[in-house]
Amino acid sequence: MRNVSAFLLRRRGGRGWHWTDIFTWFWLIAGFLVMFGPAVWLVNSSFKTPAALAEFPPTILPYVTAETVVEGYDKPLPLYEVKLPDGTVQVLAEVRRIGIVAQMVDPENPGEIIKVNIQDRTPKRSVSFAFDNYVRPLVVNDFVLYLQNSVFVTVMATLITLLTNSMAAFALSKYNFRGRSAVMMLIVATLMVPLSVILVPLYSVISAMGLFNSLWGVILPTVATPTGVFMLRQYMLTIPDELIDAARMDKASEWQIYWRIILPLTAPALAVLAIFSVVWRWNDFLWPLIVLSRKELYTLQVGLNTYAGELNVQWHYILAMTVVTMIPVVLVFVFLQRFITTGIAGTGLK
Amino acid sequence: MILAPVGWLARVLDPPLRALQRVGGRNGMAIFFVAPNMLIFGIFVLIPLVINFAYSMTGGGALFLGDRIFVGGEQYGRLFDCGNYLEPNSCREDLFWTAVWNTVFFVVLQVALMVGVALITALILNRDLKARSFWRAVFFFPVLLSPVVVGLIWRWILQRQGLLNYMIYELGFDPINWLVERNWAFAAAISVSVWAHMGFYALILLAGLQAIPKDLYEAAEMDGTRPARVFWRITLPLLAPNLLVVLVLTLIRAVQIFDEVYVLTGGGPGTSTLFITQYIYEVGFASLLRNPGLASAASILMGAVLVVLTLFQLGIARRGERRSAK
Amino acid sequence: MSRITLTDVSRSFGSVKVLHDINLDIRDGELIVFVGPSGCGKSTLLRLIAGLDRPTSGKIAINGEDVTRVAAADRGLAMVFQSYALYPHMSVRQNLAFGLENARMPKPEIEQRIAEAARMLNIEPYLDRRPGQLSGGQRQRVAIGRAIVRNPTAFLLDEPLSNLDAELRISTRAELAALHERLSATMIYVTHDQIEAMTLADRIVVLRDGRIEQVGTPLDLYNKPANLFVAGFIGAPRMNFLPSDKLPGTAGSTVGIRPQHLRAADGKAKLKAKVTLVEALGYETVVHGLLDDLPLLAVLPGQKSFEAGDTIALTYDAENLHAFDEQGQRVD
Repeated sequence: MRNVSAFLLRRRGGRGWHWTDIFTWFWLIAGFLVMFGPAVWLVNSSFKTPAALAEFPPTILPYVTAETVVEGYDKPLPLYEVKLPDGTVQVLAEVRRIGIVAQMVDPENPGEIIKVNIQDRTPKRSVSFAFDNYVRPLVVNDFVLYLQNSVFVTVMATLITLLTNSMAAFALSKYNFRGRSAVMMLIVATLMVPLSVILVPLYSVISAMGLFNSLWGVILPTVATPTGVFMLRQYMLTIPDELIDAARMDKASEWQIYWRIILPLTAPALAVLAIFSVVWRWNDFLWPLIVLSRKELYTLQVGLNTYAGELNVQWHYILAMTVVTMIPVVLVFVFLQRFITTGIAGTGLK
Repeated sequence: MILAPVGWLARVLDPPLRALQRVGGRNGMAIFFVAPNMLIFGIFVLIPLVINFAYSMTGGGALFLGDRIFVGGEQYGRLFDCGNYLEPNSCREDLFWTAVWNTVFFVVLQVALMVGVALITALILNRDLKARSFWRAVFFFPVLLSPVVVGLIWRWILQRQGLLNYMIYELGFDPINWLVERNWAFAAAISVSVWAHMGFYALILLAGLQAIPKDLYEAAEMDGTRPARVFWRITLPLLAPNLLVVLVLTLIRAVQIFDEVYVLTGGGPGTSTLFITQYIYEVGFASLLRNPGLASAASILMGAVLVVLTLFQLGIARRGERRSAK
Repeated sequence: MSRITLTDVSRSFGSVKVLHDINLDIRDGELIVFVGPSGCGKSTLLRLIAGLDRPTSGKIAINGEDVTRVAAADRGLAMVFQSYALYPHMSVRQNLAFGLENARMPKPEIEQRIAEAARMLNIEPYLDRRPGQLSGGQRQRVAIGRAIVRNPTAFLLDEPLSNLDAELRISTRAELAALHERLSATMIYVTHDQIEAMTLADRIVVLRDGRIEQVGTPLDLYNKPANLFVAGFIGAPRMNFLPSDKLPGTAGSTVGIRPQHLRAADGKAKLKAKVTLVEALGYETVVHGLLDDLPLLAVLPGQKSFEAGDTIALTYDAENLHAFDEQGQRVD
């Protein structure tokens, strides 16, 4: 307990509360709420039924109004706790509401209509998680397909990125071949060319190759990342050249040197690039939006955006699928956050 | 166990690659190693980059370059056909100029807000905090979220009956239609993009702050320097290279703003959050009367701005290197 | 059998020529040491022999067969690197096996060779550790072991002791000598340390600025240095060099005498020096002095009672003088 209070009350220099101490704690706590709050609210909302979502003010927990089937009525009727004029409290079902008067019946005795002022009744509610929000889009809509597509794109793009980038980085860090500086120049130059600048011609290249409406059309343009080549090269430069000489003396071919010596020794940098690549490719939106026009090929991001753009916005499904889309990235965050933050601080990579 | 196929691949590939090495020599193998990356790079970056200029000089709706009609600088002329550049309505491509001015305002406001908030956050994270890595993670969290997720989260919170309006209502104010009123929607676009990316820049600045030697602060303390003066005379000058990098990076990314704002507002209400990238996307792909040549011309103009900004950044980086080399 | 012959070997990096027309014949079974100050080209020469680098011109032959264009792996040589260059991600056993696996040697034979080398070098207990978990001396042994298992025609050692502390260096040096005796294989050893060269070598090659200054047995070099550079480089402390007119009855323009060859004179003094500093080491006394403003160093046996400011009388035997002409070449 002492530790906790010492931690919480840690101050500048220990000479009373300086305004910066107060500001620091204000910033940290507000930051905590602003950064995490929206995502928590999203998860929370995703378990609510459409009726609960439509409520204002919103509730913290997902409530559902209890309903019951009453003889003589087709639909189930919502239940309310009603304070009767004689002061007793009874559970009644609402038939209809006119103005401030609700017409209610006793489920035990459905023949008699009781008129109640809506001030005197409260809905009988219980906490219930609407897992159907998740099940339906995945089963009935195509979200399982979208999920598969996203996983395929992410995994394949990351594998190819790691392989081609590390091979190029190896050549650029450990060989002195002709044209090396030209290759380096090209890579630097294209750091300046973001995707949004070459949308139209890239689209025509993809179409000419027959990759329009193909997941490979999404994957291939993204894999030759200059940042990945740079980061790996930087790391490989720190591997001593004597190791490569030793391997050459050990009769290793150049390919074996790459595969058995360089790759294992570059593992930390490869891990960072792999994490980044997974996050990048999972999150990609604009390019898949352009390349994929057939619904069954959509990635999660595109599918979700299309779904959210429909005229009849079904928030309960959208929220649930947003959570699904967020899950892998949150897992990466929880387990690999340290890796990423040190990676960024070290290389300025994003 | 996982490594079994890896070992297998190495064994299978070795003999043919050894043969290749015998033919091409060590430098031949170097070419072999750069080839896949450069091939992909060439096809999907370099070629599009080059033919982009050709596209911007053609007209019509056909996709393949061969089927298109050469029109020279007509597309550029169309973009610049304007009575008064400050007044998009007086322009032939009014949407383009709307997007340009929206982007300019967005860039100015967003970059200022982003750098300010990131700097404050980095300064606070650099204080003598316990559990610093926890707090660092807190601010970093949204950086990993996809733009679609970011857009949808905030659409949900900013909707008419959303959480924010409830909080405002509880405080006794009237709810605001955040995404329906022009200025509020623009403010939302800025705030949401700052929310989503601020942690990344705070991290770069934090790394810069931590690289400032502690003994400088101790020396300043021995000299009895006031904290504000320490900040202005020591922290800020020594952080300047990182600050410049952050400034240029935010600029470059702000110019290209699209994803999260597109999901959040769809460019609306009306055209109040229509930015350049969305304009290119809609002219080139989404609208019924698509005009790839016009989209290309607009993207080349945006590319030119980005190249200038990037060269600026590289220049800064080089100057910084030279200074640290001394 | 392995005889390595270098004929007119040169190597340039851009416009900088780091090796000038090296001609050298390395005999079978000898331990030859390349010695010289840093930047003299000794490591480059070793890399050319190894095949890790190609000469700009000239020929390298092993057993009479021209290998100038043959890849490193196919020359049948093994190398011990200065940094050891052990594969950090592999265990000691895998490090030793890597080269043999690449040569497609059958598993049992690999096992057998590793066991043999491990026994010879006393590294059996560490076979399943990684290099990072070993001490400097242990890593050094593994590096040698990696060379031994290959059963090479010749061993190339690039400053193999430079990363060890002083004490370990001496004991490892002795072990290397014993190993050479036992394997009776050709070894080419590069070092900048002339004591290592003197203690280990059958023959020493002294290099400077990419040229061979002298080749010979350690005592040849000590007793008859071919020029001023070799005379100054071999032997510690460094030989005293004086203009010949300071020493009556000598030839040439410069005369050298080793500090150990100066004695305190009982009778007639040949030299009188003013003492500037005395270093008493117990078993010997190092005296720094000035001979008419020229620095002079004498290493005298036993303990002496000199003090700075004293003038001492020194003598020497004429046979210990080395005379050099204006070009710095030895004159006899």
